[in-house]
Amino acid sequence: MNEATPPKEERTAALSGLGTSRKRVEDARFTQGKGNYVDDLKMPGMLFGDFVRSPYAHARVKSIDTEKAMALPGVHAVLTAADLEPLGLHWMPTLAGDKQMVLADGKVLFQAQEVAFVVADDRYAAADGVAAVKVEYEELPVLVDPFKAESDGAPVLREDIADQTEGAHGPRRHPNHIFTWESGDREATEAVLAEADVVAEEMIYYHRTHPCPLEPCGCVASMDKVNGKLTVWGTFQAPHAVRTVASLISGIAEHNIRIISPDIGGGFGNKVGVYPGYVCSIVASIVTGVPVKWIEDRSDNLMATAFARDYWMKGRISATKDGKITGLHCHTTADHGAFDACADPTKFPAGFMNICTGSYDIPTAYLAVDGIYTNKAPGGVAYRCSFRVTEAAYFIERMIEILAIKLGMDAAELRVKNFIKKDQFPYQSALGWEYDSGDYHTGWDKALKAVGYEDLRKEQAARVEAFKRGETRMLLGIGLSHFTEIVGAGPVKNCDILGLGMFDSCEIRIHPTGSAIARLGTISQGQGHATTFAQILASEIGLPAEDITLEEGDTDTAPYGLGTYGSRSTPVAGAATAMAGRKIRAKAQMIAAYLLEVHDNDLEWDVDRFVVKGSPERFKTMKEIAFASYNQAIPGVEPGLEAVSYYDPPNMTYPFGSYICVMEINVDTGTTEIRQVYALDDCGTRINPMIIEGQVHGGLTEALAIAMGQEIAYDEQGNVTTGTLMDFFVPTAVETPNYQTDYTVTPSPHHPIGAKGVGESPNVGGVPAFSNAVHDAFRAFGLTQSNMPHDHWRIWKTAQSLGLHD
Amino acid sequence: MEKMHVKMNVNGKEVDLLTEPRTLLIHALREELGITGPHVGCSSSHCGACTVDMNGMSVKSCTVFAAQANGAEITTIEGLGSPDALHVLQEMFKEHHGLQCGYCTPGMITRAYRLLQENPNPTEEEVRFGIAGNLCRCTGYQNIVKAILEAAAKMNEIKESA
Amino acid sequence: MYQTNYVRASSTDDAVAKLDDEAKLLAGGMTLLPTMKQRLASPETLIDLADCGLAGIEDLGDALKIGAMTRHVDVETSEIVAKSIPALAVLAAKIGDRQVRNRGTIGGSIANNDPSACYPSAALALDATIHTNSRDIAADDFFVGMFETALEEDEIITAISFPKPAAAAYAKFPNPASRYAMVGVFVAKGDSVRVTVTGAGEDGVFRHAGLEAALTSSFAPESVEPVTVSGEEMISDMHAASDYRAHLVKEMTRRAVAACGWP
Repeated sequence: MNEATPPKEERTAALSGLGTSRKRVEDARFTQGKGNYVDDLKMPGMLFGDFVRSPYAHARVKSIDTEKAMALPGVHAVLTAADLEPLGLHWMPTLAGDKQMVLADGKVLFQAQEVAFVVADDRYAAADGVAAVKVEYEELPVLVDPFKAESDGAPVLREDIADQTEGAHGPRRHPNHIFTWESGDREATEAVLAEADVVAEEMIYYHRTHPCPLEPCGCVASMDKVNGKLTVWGTFQAPHAVRTVASLISGIAEHNIRIISPDIGGGFGNKVGVYPGYVCSIVASIVTGVPVKWIEDRSDNLMATAFARDYWMKGRISATKDGKITGLHCHTTADHGAFDACADPTKFPAGFMNICTGSYDIPTAYLAVDGIYTNKAPGGVAYRCSFRVTEAAYFIERMIEILAIKLGMDAAELRVKNFIKKDQFPYQSALGWEYDSGDYHTGWDKALKAVGYEDLRKEQAARVEAFKRGETRMLLGIGLSHFTEIVGAGPVKNCDILGLGMFDSCEIRIHPTGSAIARLGTISQGQGHATTFAQILASEIGLPAEDITLEEGDTDTAPYGLGTYGSRSTPVAGAATAMAGRKIRAKAQMIAAYLLEVHDNDLEWDVDRFVVKGSPERFKTMKEIAFASYNQAIPGVEPGLEAVSYYDPPNMTYPFGSYICVMEINVDTGTTEIRQVYALDDCGTRINPMIIEGQVHGGLTEALAIAMGQEIAYDEQGNVTTGTLMDFFVPTAVETPNYQTDYTVTPSPHHPIGAKGVGESPNVGGVPAFSNAVHDAFRAFGLTQSNMPHDHWRIWKTAQSLGLHD
Repeated sequence: MEKMHVKMNVNGKEVDLLTEPRTLLIHALREELGITGPHVGCSSSHCGACTVDMNGMSVKSCTVFAAQANGAEITTIEGLGSPDALHVLQEMFKEHHGLQCGYCTPGMITRAYRLLQENPNPTEEEVRFGIAGNLCRCTGYQNIVKAILEAAAKMNEIKESA
Repeated sequence: MYQTNYVRASSTDDAVAKLDDEAKLLAGGMTLLPTMKQRLASPETLIDLADCGLAGIEDLGDALKIGAMTRHVDVETSEIVAKSIPALAVLAAKIGDRQVRNRGTIGGSIANNDPSACYPSAALALDATIHTNSRDIAADDFFVGMFETALEEDEIITAISFPKPAAAAYAKFPNPASRYAMVGVFVAKGDSVRVTVTGAGEDGVFRHAGLEAALTSSFAPESVEPVTVSGEEMISDMHAASDYRAHLVKEMTRRAVAACGWP
C-alpha cells in the first residue's frame, strides 16, 4: 500500500522546512504595493494629529495660546498637558521605570519635545494648527555634556524627581543622576590591575545615533464608545506590552483594548517604546469620538523618538607580558537624555552591557554604569542590538586592539590567545553570564584564511613603507572583530519589562484538511517571520510550510508575548513554535496509534507521518491525522488538533562571529573605500539561509553607517544638528559594498531546535570591524583611539594629528 | 485657498481630482486616490520611497505638487504588474530576497523599472548609481542590485526571443 | 506647508505679469518644495514656469546656451553638452540623484544660489552670461552672496550661455549625508584660468585668485601646491571645519586640473 511513498529526502524537501532558503511569503504583497502599513489606514471621519514641538532644549513653558489654532478651519482640538492632567495622562511610565511627559508639563527638557497636540481634518490642516499655536518660553541653561551633569551649578533637569534619592534602579546621588549599576568584583579587579604586567587604558565613546527605520512611527487610535472598545493600530514592536501599558495608564480594562501592529516598515528598536503620539492619539479619539491618526515625519523621528547608544566607556584591561588577559575594568557614563526611556529588562538598566568581556576568557572583571540625565531626547533603545550589546562588543573589541598595541602584538594573535575555548562551554563569565555554546577558534581560523590575513599584513607593511617613502597617500586598514552576542531575552527569572516576564508564545491550530494557522506573540518588521516560523513548524509537524499561515501583531487573536527586538524572536518565540509543534505531534501520535491500532510507543516519526516501527507500509500522514482528529471519535481524546506553548527560555543564546573589513584610506581627504567585508556568523541552527544572509547584509550596512558617519549630534544649546537626512547619514547603494558571508554551526544546547538568532549580530560585530579598520590603518603611525563616527573630516583630522599632512 | 482641478492618468486610468494647490502628489495618490504603494519616508526628497513614474521619468512624488502633475501620466507600483502577471522586476525581487520590511520596495521597483528603460544593460555600478535616490534600511542593497541585474538579463532574453 | 496658490505661466511675460511681492517662481521645485514643507518659505502664490518654453540646449558655436528650465538630466545626457563642455555634463550628473535630476533645473539652481549647489561654480568659472527677461548679466556680477543674486524682484532667468573653454573640469567632494557639495571646484581654461569654489564660501560661490594665478602661469596639478588657500571665510559646520574645506579646495582643484587632461 505504500509503494507510492516518496523517499524521505523528497518528502523533506516538500515541506520547505528548517534549513531551506524558502522564498518569502510576505513578498507577494510588498512587491505589488499591497503592504498594509499604518499610514495606509483610512477610516470614516478619521482626523489627523500633529505636535507643537519645543524649539528649545531646556525652557520653562510660560503659556500656551491655542485660540488662533482653534479658530482655523479644520482644526478640531488642541490638547495640552492641562487637558491630559485630569485624566492622569500628562505623564506616562517609560519602559525603564522612569516617567516621561506626554506633553510639556511646565517645562521642556529637549528640543522637539511634544508641547501640544493639534487634531484636525488632515495632515495639512493639522500643520496649519501647529503653526498657529503660540507658546511662550523662558529659556533655561542647557546641559548637553553628561560629565558636567553633577558639577556645581549644573541646571537641575528633572524638577519632578529632584529630591528623590532613590530611583527605579537604586540610589541616586544627584538630581541629574539616574542610577549606578554594577556587575562583577570591583576589589578583585582593582587588585589584578594593580599587579598586572601591562595595563591599557582608554575612553571608548560610542556616539549617539538613531535606528531611523524608513517608515517613521505612527498610529491610528479609535475609541468605540458604543462598545467601550479601544483599538490602536500602530508601529509597535511589542503590541502586547503596549496593550498592558495602555491599560495600566488609561484605566481601560485590558480586554477592551485591542492593539494591532500592521505591516511595519523596519523597526530596529525604534518602535519598542511608548511615545506621546500614541497616548495623545488615544486621548484625542476619546475626546473627538472618531479615529485619530498620528504619523511623525523624519525630523520628528530623528529628534524625538528613541535614539540609541551614547555610552562613554572608560576601560582598563590588563595582561601578562605575553598577552594573557587577566582583568577588565569598565566605567560607563550613559547619557540617557531627559527621561530614562530605555527598553531594557528591569533588572538591567544598562542592558546586557556586562557581556563586555566579549569572546575572551577574562577571569576577573568589573563594570559600573552611571545613567545621567541631559537635555536630549529620551531613548537609549537597542538599535539592532540586544540591549547595549553593541556598546559592549565595541568596547571590548576596541580594548583588545588597544591592548595589542600596548603589547606590540598582532591583534588577531591576541584574540586567539584569549578566546574562550570550545571545551570551556558552557562558560561562566566573570560578569555573571553562562555562555551556552561556542567554538570561536574554528570560525576565526576560517575567517583569517578566507581573507588571506598573513598576506594582507604583508601588503599593509609594504604600504606603510611606500607611504613613508612618499609613493602613496593611501593607507590600508585591516579591521578585525570577534563578537559574542547575548540575545533572546529572556528567562523570566531575571528578565522582565515593567514586570512582564519576557517569555514568548505560539498557538497552533491544524485545520481538518491538514493546513494550519499559527499565531505568535512577536511581530515581524521585515525579518520574514511568516516565512521562517512556518519552516520551523513544517519540520516539527510534517506539514508543508506553504500550508501554514502565520499571524502576529493582533492582541485580540495572538497569544501574549513580549514582541520582537533584541534578536529574541527566534530564540524565544521560535522555541515556543517548536514546542507547540511538538505538542501537536504528541497528540497526533495518539491519534495515529488509535487509527493504526498499535500502542503509541510502537510508532516512530518519519518526516511527515507516523510509521509503525518495523512496518514501513503501515503509517498515517499528518494530513490524515489532522482529518481524523476532527472527524473520528477517538476514546479519551478530545476532537481537534491545537496546541499553545508559552516558552520561558532557560538561558539566553550566544551567537558569535568573526568579521573582517579591509579598508583603503585616503590620508589627504579622509575618504575611505571598503575593499572587502567578510562576515562569518554562527547563529546555531540555520532556519533559512537566504534570510540569514539578508539580515547580515542589512545589519552590516547599518553598522557601516554608524561607524562611518551616522550620528545624532547636538550643539551647545542642545539643538539637534542632524535632524534631517540632509545631515543624518544613511548610505545609498553607491557607498555600500558587497559583502561576503560565511558561517559555522554551533547549535544552542538549550534551544529546542538549536537556533540562536542572527538579525543583530552584523550590527554588533560590524561596527568594531569598520572602526578597527580605520584605527588599524593608522596604527603604524601611533594612533591608539579616535572617536566614531569616522567620517571624512574626523579621519582627516586624525591623519593631521599624527603629522601625516605636510 | 481655492481648490483646483488636477487631471492625471494614473496607472492607465483618467482621474480628476479637486484638491488644494499645496497638495503634494504623494498625498494626492495615497489619500485621495487610495494608491498606497508609494510611501513617505523622509519628506526631504532623500529616501525615494515615494518614487513614481511621471511622464516616463522617475520622480519623488513628495517633492512634486499634484498641480504640477496636471495632465501627466503617472505609473506607480500598482501599475507595473498584476497578481497574475507580475513584472519581471517584482519576480526577481522575490527570487533574490531584494526586500525585507517592504517599505522602500514600491519606490525601489518603480525606479528600477525606469532605470532599465533608460539603460537595458546596466553594469553593477550603473545600477547602484541609478538607484542612489532610493534608500533601503534593511537589505544593504546587495540583493536589490542582484535582482535588478537579473531582471535586466531576463527582460533582454524576452526581448530577443520576441 | 502653508497654504499657497498655484498658477502656470504661459510665457515669461505672463510670469512677470503674475509676479508680485508675495509670489515665487517655481522651476523644478527641488529646493523650494522642501523649504516650503519646513515652513521656511510661505509664498502666497507659486508661478510655475513649466509651460514658458524655457527648456532647451543650443549650440551657438563659441558658446552653449541652456534654457533656464532645462533639467539636470538633460544636461547630463545631452550629446551637444558632452561634445562641447563635457565638464558641465559631469557636473549635472553629480547633482542629487536621478529623481532629483529629472526635476531640478539649471535656472532654479542658478537663481537660488545655494552655497552648496553645483551649477553656480560652472557659471562663474566659464564666465557665463545669465540671460533674463530684461537683460544679460555676467556671472561675475550675478552671484552676490549666499542665496543672493543680482536678480531684481521682477526678473526671470531665461537662459545661461556658457562660452566653450579650451578645457574644463569639475571635481566635487559631496557631503556624505546630503550629497550636496561640501566643496566643489570648477576649473576652466581659456586665455586665462578661472577657478571657482562652491560649498565652502560663507558668501556662496567664489573665484580663487591665488589658484587662478598659479594655474594661469602653469596649468598642472602640482601648481596648486604652493598656493595658500585660507579657510578664513569658509563655512564651518558639523560635517567639516573651515580648515578642512580649505584643504579640500586644493585637493579638488588638483583633481579638476588633472581631469582637464593637462597640459
